[in-house]
Amino acid sequence: MKTGAAITLEHVSKVYRRYSGRHFATLKSAILQRSVLRELRPNEVLQALSDVSFTVPRGSTFGVVGRNGSGKSTALKLVAGITKPTSGTVKVDGRVSALIELGAGFHPEISGRENVFINGIMLGLSRKQIEDRFDAIVDFAEMREFIEAPVKTYSSGMYMRLGFAVAIHVDPDVLLVDEVLAVGDEGFTHKCLDKFAEFKRRGRTILLVTHSLGLVERFCDEAVWLDHGRKTGQGDPKRVIDEYRTDVEKEEAVFLATSDAEAQQAVEKPAVSTDQPVDPGAAASDMSQVAEGRWGSGGAEIHNVRLLDGHGQPSQMFHSGEAAIVQFDVKADRAIDDFVFGVGIFSAEGVCVYGTNTFIEEYAAKRLEGTAAVEFRIAALDLVEGTYKFDVAVHRRDGAPYDYHRLLYTFRVKSPIKDVGLYRPEHRWTFTGVEWEPKR
Amino acid sequence: MLGNPMWSNLQQLPRYRGLIQTLVARELKARYRGSALGFVWSFINPLMLLIVYSVIFTTILPNPSEETKPYPLFFFCGLLPWTWFSASLTEAAGSLIAGGNLIRKVLFPAEVLPIVTVFSNLVHFLLGLPILITFLLAYRHYPSPLHLLWFPVIVLVQLVFTIGLSLAFAALTVHFRDIRDILANLLQLWFFATPIIYSWRQPGFIYDHHRLMQMNPMMDLAVGYQEVFFFREDFGAWKGILAVAALSVVVFLAGYWLFDRLRDSFGEAV
Repeated sequence: MKTGAAITLEHVSKVYRRYSGRHFATLKSAILQRSVLRELRPNEVLQALSDVSFTVPRGSTFGVVGRNGSGKSTALKLVAGITKPTSGTVKVDGRVSALIELGAGFHPEISGRENVFINGIMLGLSRKQIEDRFDAIVDFAEMREFIEAPVKTYSSGMYMRLGFAVAIHVDPDVLLVDEVLAVGDEGFTHKCLDKFAEFKRRGRTILLVTHSLGLVERFCDEAVWLDHGRKTGQGDPKRVIDEYRTDVEKEEAVFLATSDAEAQQAVEKPAVSTDQPVDPGAAASDMSQVAEGRWGSGGAEIHNVRLLDGHGQPSQMFHSGEAAIVQFDVKADRAIDDFVFGVGIFSAEGVCVYGTNTFIEEYAAKRLEGTAAVEFRIAALDLVEGTYKFDVAVHRRDGAPYDYHRLLYTFRVKSPIKDVGLYRPEHRWTFTGVEWEPKR
Repeated sequence: MLGNPMWSNLQQLPRYRGLIQTLVARELKARYRGSALGFVWSFINPLMLLIVYSVIFTTILPNPSEETKPYPLFFFCGLLPWTWFSASLTEAAGSLIAGGNLIRKVLFPAEVLPIVTVFSNLVHFLLGLPILITFLLAYRHYPSPLHLLWFPVIVLVQLVFTIGLSLAFAALTVHFRDIRDILANLLQLWFFATPIIYSWRQPGFIYDHHRLMQMNPMMDLAVGYQEVFFFREDFGAWKGILAVAALSVVVFLAGYWLFDRLRDSFGEAV
């Protein structure tokens, strides 16, 4: 195995031009005005990559992560040679095969067999090489019975599988992979991953662009994070991905905060009203049918609802199992003696995860006047990953609301474990007489 | 001059032989897939053209000239290569747009696409020859064997010329979609300006009066084909054909140059 760089990007920038709004009406007028070349110039530009440099060592598996539109795919196309950088240099050492557009160039009218040959030749194989690998390709794609049928009769999964099989059997020195693992069922995905692992063992270089961060963590020796066309991080995949995740969470939090603020502003404006009568006593059971909003008689008003993390910092993003605190102020202009504070948590689909109030928990109301502060502390937010909403309310013992805030507040729970359901009880596995592979 | 990227790209061209061959075969296979007569259409289409034009110019609008008789033969000599030429250009103009997927998403030599259209139409042209030969035999109108030696030369000249124009039109159409419509009309005019349905020797032919007509390279080629298959006197077209041969090399290089200049914009503009 040689050492050195398989792929080198040096100060690479890529500007996409848009040629949409051209000024001349016809080619003729362009020629007459001798402005063909001038008019061919774009009037809109998009900076897809700016000054990106990185080196992929030979034999390594290299991940590229980033949000949509961060320039990942552009970087891959530059390495594949499909587009040229606007400035900077891209150097690739060895034969490249790109798993970017699978089955591009398949002709729908002719058989899978003929398309395999044509596709293989397009990817740079000779007829002889394809003949030698034909069986392996067909077996890999699991297409033996359909290989003589015209490609137009294939399902999209079959199409992709066959394209993938041809591309991977080109046996390149550098393999470029763009988000193609979604091509088949679980079994096929595993086969693809095995194939990548085999490539890796044989000292081939893989450049992997994906949103599947777990894949990067597991497979890659190094990763680079692109953000808005700039290199934002590079190095150990675990570290890069952690940084990336944190950044994504931060953005999500900002997004949640703004959408929350909008929702609250919308209900804050009209004064508290009773336009949505609530059947006393039925309040708790019928809640799940009620849309988000705010209502109540106004005898007491809830203000300033806050969600805090365990350290008392405002937050809308929690990791499963962390502490969370709901705080709000209640203002009653005239003294009342019949009041209950309630809190409810709902999943994004509107399923009630948990609900309680001071009446259920046998606090006997005595007097509320002026401004009171209420805090509801959750020691461990044992929820699975997802988006949740919560209610806060102050109402009479019979359920008639003074001020009800329905599904107005949103928070997200993050978790590295992708378990299902809503509630994650604290748990532990114990085994005897079982052997496990070391955890990946 | 050899350091120019155009020359190094041009040198790559022979390496795409296998690819061009495969794609031409694919075009031909896919073309008649699903039709009942399949490949027979390659023979029926020119035959139908022959019948239609013969009926028009012998019955409806007879060509009075003695020397174009038997008219179907005369006319077919020019029509077959013209069909090759015009179909190639029309298809080539749209070839990059049709093959957009390849250009945008795969590392693919774009010039292969227009070249493939020219070659697949060449195959159709060659498949039309048996019809021509059948008619030559039927009319007992045997061409001079010496003239037949010129046939491959004319085909080669036309091939180079057509590829040159196809590359240019294919590249320009990516940026100016109007070209496809302009081209269709231009070809119509060009067809009538070329002595195919009439003979350039016919008295009163505007060829005598218009320098522009003399500059039409397709005229030299058409006359060449007619003198190979139809007229049995001296082969007088050779001067014109050699001139067009020189021109076709220039057209090819110019077409390739233009194509190469615009190459990097295809991926984004297609």
